[in-house]
Amino acid sequence: MTKVECILRPAKLESVKEAVNKFGVHGITVTQVIGCGLQKGHTNVYRGQEYSINLLPKIKVEIVIPDKDVEEIIRIITEAARTGDIGDGKIFAYRIDNAVRIRTGETGENAI
Amino acid sequence: MKILRVIIMALSFLMTLPVLAWAEEAAAPAVDTGDTSFILISAAIVLLMTPGLALFYGGLSRKKNVLNTIMCSFIALGIISIQWAFYGYSLSFGPDVGHFIGSLDWLGLKGVGLEPNPDYAATIPHQAFMVFQMVFAIITPAIISGSVAERMRFPAYLAFILLWATFIYDPVAHWVWGVGGWLRNLGALDFAGGTVVHIISGVSALVAAMYVGKRKGYGRELMIPHNLPMTVLGASLLWFGWFGFNAGSSLGAGSLTTMVFVNTQLATAAAMLSWVIFEWIRHGKPTLLGAVSGAVAGLVAITPACGFVTSMSAIIIGFIGGFICFFSVAIMKAKLGYDDSFDAFGVHGMGGTWGAIATGLFASKAANELGNDGVFYGNPDQLVTQLIATAASWAVAVVGTLVLLKVISLFTKLRASDEEQETGLDFTQHGEDAYTEFVSGSPFGVDMTAGGAPVGAEKPAF
Repeated sequence: MTKVECILRPAKLESVKEAVNKFGVHGITVTQVIGCGLQKGHTNVYRGQEYSINLLPKIKVEIVIPDKDVEEIIRIITEAARTGDIGDGKIFAYRIDNAVRIRTGETGENAI
Repeated sequence: MKILRVIIMALSFLMTLPVLAWAEEAAAPAVDTGDTSFILISAAIVLLMTPGLALFYGGLSRKKNVLNTIMCSFIALGIISIQWAFYGYSLSFGPDVGHFIGSLDWLGLKGVGLEPNPDYAATIPHQAFMVFQMVFAIITPAIISGSVAERMRFPAYLAFILLWATFIYDPVAHWVWGVGGWLRNLGALDFAGGTVVHIISGVSALVAAMYVGKRKGYGRELMIPHNLPMTVLGASLLWFGWFGFNAGSSLGAGSLTTMVFVNTQLATAAAMLSWVIFEWIRHGKPTLLGAVSGAVAGLVAITPACGFVTSMSAIIIGFIGGFICFFSVAIMKAKLGYDDSFDAFGVHGMGGTWGAIATGLFASKAANELGNDGVFYGNPDQLVTQLIATAASWAVAVVGTLVLLKVISLFTKLRASDEEQETGLDFTQHGEDAYTEFVSGSPFGVDMTAGGAPVGAEKPAF
């Protein structure tokens, strides 16, 4: 099993959610986070004073999927989340040892 | 320096215009202080309706669009006030030209002084009447923003409300209320703006919503109000201000004013109850948003009739108005599939149309001898007159809005791009965020690591 963790623009949550759901991923965890990557943030102006907003609001999406689906799901998410501008986010994938469905006690891929 | 001098001279000239006018009108009729104080207070509370509308709509928006939504109402206070003083008032109420429009004789408020103008209000200063009408002219285009919210670009919206006020509001205000206006001559009854304010703004709102197109993701993504308490606050300010709107339209303080005040309250209460009842029957639960929407529907519906009907008629008008608006918002909109973001057409267009027709049904000389009898008091002709006024308002709103949007689209894009809509109009149009819990940064020119010492205007690299 693999956990795919995506840091995305908040505006892209809907399209990513729709895309992975269409692929057949049912379990999804979404967190509001702030962070930055290569980008330098953006500028807001309040009453003439400029502010550099350098830790930006982002959305973290976590899904756990069977290993065979990893490449495909990363491609799908990349497509759904891309604007082409700086700040589109990142995707991290890492191995998961086990998963347990608490209600039934099922483990492994059956639990996801 | 030359330019500065020209600007100063132009401003000095404009500032002298009202003064010259006052001097000319020294021998005019006397001002009644009671009436004047009431109208000025009414004008002030009607003005408060526009920020009220801003909060009403703001609460209904998604949080990434709340500032833009509020701004679309609030900016009307700036733009239309100036438009009104320069030429809007003259076009609406100035000396008649062909029963269609006011002349430009009162340009820059020339001749609009501190003595009464007996043609409009014999007991208050002409400027009090002018400023009372100004706050109507402000809120009317702001109503339209509710239908195109969350997707119309701000520059295009600004151009639209300025042109709309000039080419649609001002002429229709002249037709209905201006001395010599053809609908006024025809005998159309519109006490406080059912036709002038609500029908033309509501119908224009529908046309604009369809022209600009649906919001990106409409029908697929969740588009629910982000702050209903804000909406309730806004609706409450609208209700409060509406007493100035309706009762103030009697242009004095007295018996008629009292009747209008009572009718306004009763119709609003009835519409609130009717919306909640029908919603409860259809959806199984009475909602707070339903209650405030019903109240606004009732305020709209009674507006044209409030000075011409009895209290019991007001309750009936409100109750039916609540149902009509509920039907148009909850059922008709879904069936027809247009995206009227915050139901500017469903509430103002439909409620205003019902109110104009209801005036032709329920008006009674027993309630106000300066009005007329309607169908239920033996005068079906009044209904015909009301229908003509309604049809004319619909026609000018549909055609005028289409033409204006087409013209504006030749110069600038009307619709925010998909990307701008996804990010939200607050940031893309204004560079501001309403809610900043997850925002972290620093002001330019201040080094936060050095205890706030100025370091020049470098942008921090991260």
